[in-house]
Amino acid sequence: MTATDFEPVIGLEIHAELQTRSKMFCGCPVLDPLVSEPNVAVCPVCVGLPGALPVANRRAVELGISVGLALNCQIRDFLAFARKNYFYPDLPKGYQISQHEYPIAFNGHIDVPGPTGRVRIRRAHLEEDTAKLVHASDGTTLVDFNRSSVPLFEIVTEPDIHSAEGAMAYASAVRDVLRYLGANSGDMEKGVLRLEANVSVRERGTTDLNTRTEIKNLNSFSSLGRGIELEVQRQIALILSGGKVRQATMGWEQAENDRDRVKLVEQRIKENADDYRYFPEPDLRPVPVSREWVARLRLELPELPTARADRFRTAFGLSAADAELLTADRALGDYFEAVVRGVSTPKVAANWMLGEFMRLLNEGGGELSSVKVTADALAELIREVEQGNVTPSSAKSVLADMFASGERAPAVIARRGLTTLRGADALTPVAEKIVTDNPAQVAQYFAGKENVFQWLVGQIMKATKGQADAQQTRTTLQAVLEARRPK
Amino acid sequence: MAHPPLTLARATELLRTRQASSVELTKQCLARVHAAEPNLGAFLSITEEHALKQARAADERIARGDNVGPLTGVPYAVKDCLNTVGLRTTCASKILRDYVSPYDATVIRKLNAAGAVMVGKLNMDEFGMGSSCENSGYFPCKNPWDHGRVPGGSSGGSGAAVAADLVPYTLGEDTGGSIRMPAAFCGVVGLKSTYGRVSRNGLLALSSSFDSIGPMAWTVEDVAQVTRVIAGRDPLDSTSLDAPVPDYAAQFTGADLKGVRLGMPKEYFTEGMQPGVAKALLAAIDNLKGLGATVQDVSLPHTKYAMPVYYTVQFAEASANLARYDGVRFRTAAEADDLLNLYLRTRADGFGPEVKRRILLGTYVLSVGHYDAYYLKAQQVRELMRQDFDKAFESCDALITPVAPTTAFKFGEKSADPLAMYLSDIYVTAVNPSGVPGLSVPCGFADGLPVGMQLIGPRLGEPTLFRIGHAYQQSTDWHLRRPNSETTA
Repeated sequence: MTATDFEPVIGLEIHAELQTRSKMFCGCPVLDPLVSEPNVAVCPVCVGLPGALPVANRRAVELGISVGLALNCQIRDFLAFARKNYFYPDLPKGYQISQHEYPIAFNGHIDVPGPTGRVRIRRAHLEEDTAKLVHASDGTTLVDFNRSSVPLFEIVTEPDIHSAEGAMAYASAVRDVLRYLGANSGDMEKGVLRLEANVSVRERGTTDLNTRTEIKNLNSFSSLGRGIELEVQRQIALILSGGKVRQATMGWEQAENDRDRVKLVEQRIKENADDYRYFPEPDLRPVPVSREWVARLRLELPELPTARADRFRTAFGLSAADAELLTADRALGDYFEAVVRGVSTPKVAANWMLGEFMRLLNEGGGELSSVKVTADALAELIREVEQGNVTPSSAKSVLADMFASGERAPAVIARRGLTTLRGADALTPVAEKIVTDNPAQVAQYFAGKENVFQWLVGQIMKATKGQADAQQTRTTLQAVLEARRPK
Repeated sequence: MAHPPLTLARATELLRTRQASSVELTKQCLARVHAAEPNLGAFLSITEEHALKQARAADERIARGDNVGPLTGVPYAVKDCLNTVGLRTTCASKILRDYVSPYDATVIRKLNAAGAVMVGKLNMDEFGMGSSCENSGYFPCKNPWDHGRVPGGSSGGSGAAVAADLVPYTLGEDTGGSIRMPAAFCGVVGLKSTYGRVSRNGLLALSSSFDSIGPMAWTVEDVAQVTRVIAGRDPLDSTSLDAPVPDYAAQFTGADLKGVRLGMPKEYFTEGMQPGVAKALLAAIDNLKGLGATVQDVSLPHTKYAMPVYYTVQFAEASANLARYDGVRFRTAAEADDLLNLYLRTRADGFGPEVKRRILLGTYVLSVGHYDAYYLKAQQVRELMRQDFDKAFESCDALITPVAPTTAFKFGEKSADPLAMYLSDIYVTAVNPSGVPGLSVPCGFADGLPVGMQLIGPRLGEPTLFRIGHAYQQSTDWHLRRPNSETTA
């Protein structure tokens, strides 16, 4: 057997913070971890003080149900929590309130664009996040409880993924869904979305589920892809050399000889399954989840990214790639649809959005909400181009101006005198001057060197700073030259 | 008796008629507490300064006529498992020796709002684990009727403080008899409220699905008054019941119990009861019949499983509830070079033997491979026990049973044998897994020691229990008898 005879078998767990205003079981605010001081969003409940009791956050439950529905899951008709018991300083009660036997959502799937296809969702459950440990330079460890009890939604797939790329595509698709629902910002660098991969390999053509390892703390899509690749290679090499994969949690380690290289090492060997002594959380008794409630949440679901991309392809004639780019972010998709409403050709709007608009957006920090150009204003600019009032090349600089000034296109065009030069009246004097100033090139043209004509057009464009209408420039130049052709 | 007993009703009357100020009553109670302590062992802390401040505020309130209720200005004391801002809350455990809560339990907030005056925190078995108050992490509490005997547990301090006439009423907490047992042993009234009737917010949890807070006092009427103040839905406790709190006293019918149907569960009247206890109980039943109640035999067929079900679930929940005492936040072991040793030393040093035993057993019954046979099975039987009660209450309004098979036992009599200690709870444990209320009412004496009867009602059946208990007390005076100084020397 060789390495190519093996196929990876991958299941993913996504832990997504549900970005509610308050925490899962208390009224403390959910803070942006990058800007908040430690231990400012704390109370007896999320610090686990004696006697404090959890109260479930209705909004978090609703978001969980909505995400479950968006992932085509069945929604359980009651909400029940369980205690997951273990000792760790980031877990103030000594147990995490989670869901065990009865996850709120189960048996779902998501259709991932591209070759990955359908990935089945085994379960998705609500739980509370742990506190954050901060290891100080003097060797002490500090606990920041701001994150303690922030709502988490854990989405677990079946082992349906067979490549690192597939895992990344799946994770990205789920992130898009979470963002569409306003459940999670998708900001990986803030740690609001965390990934874990369960990886095993098997002989191609078999359906075995072999001993798997778990890669934790994957904080970006690229580390997810890289981690899976490395682990798959490690397992294949191990098997080919006669070894056996052991059930273990894998951790990252820097290679000794190359500080830029990382490798995966077995961090914790699992002899037997962890015993978390799960039991029903007595402080939160099961409550019914009414069909009406679920039906209402289903009605309120927005059009999801894949469905929207399909519509963009069929209704607007976009390529699959363009449609995907324009639907990954809900606000960007909304913006695009608003632009489309103001122009005659959706494809042209897509080209503008994915070209110059995206470039300027990213230059300005990538925040659509801070862009001064409204969709209506962008549509107006595109119409100006379509009507020939401004040339495409001028329009690019007009858009840059609009981004900076917030002015509408006609105002910018007028202020900067960028109206297209059209008609013989405007263009003939320019052509006459170019022909007069370049006698040598004109002589070559008359001698039969036809491509000099294109050079002369370029000179006119240059002289008019690109404002000359291309077609009319050619006609006018032709006329001026013909008038001078030696008899 | 050196003075007429200071019941809640009498204290309210003294304040209302301006015969005494709250400060005077409070000083009086504090003087009695100081005279009794430390010999009695009922108080873990005496909050004198706090009490006098509350008393002065109550006097101003009474002078203004500002929202004065039956508890305004009246001193009380509370089991040390309820959080009180700025004052120590230890649960009688060394692991919380210096713990001061930053927040008040909901019941404390309600009592504060009612103008009540808290004079101290009361002794108990550590974390409520015990039936005799011998498991206090500090010192045992004695029975005011006989200092050689236990006051019952775990709310031993709450029972002893009322019986010794130190305060008009106390709050206790009942997980598996912890109010009713000491009420019976000390000869006072104690209510184990319907699960969820009184908010558990701020109560240091023993067993979250059993724990119920309730008052202890001389009379059923006083217990009803306090219950009315502390009961009600609390948004901070998801298990608290959203049901209106009635004016219990308004439903009293004097000494008339016509139409009341009492059930005698046959499983509770078997061998093993101390003869004097059985005799007192049967006399009480005759008395209730005389007041117009009818008595019928009923059966609670799963009673024999009450003890194992109760202890299995209680150990399991306690093992998780006590995990937070890990040395990271409340009490740090002096020397620990790594995390594991921090945990081990803090808990080895901070918990007493009974607590450790229950954590171990609770951890065991929740473990993979044992969960189904123990915890899950217990929960299934618990449901059957609940159905037993539901069925019984189809034909009767309340059940009458003994509280304990014996009167107060001697120190050390059962502490060496955990199982014998657990068995003293035999008549009280079925109530908690079923969530129903139970009222312990003094019903006589055996060999000079108080005997209690237990009235069990359907969920939210407190009005019926109070009505029966009150009627009984209208025709008897057991509850007014107090230990005299000669026997307590």
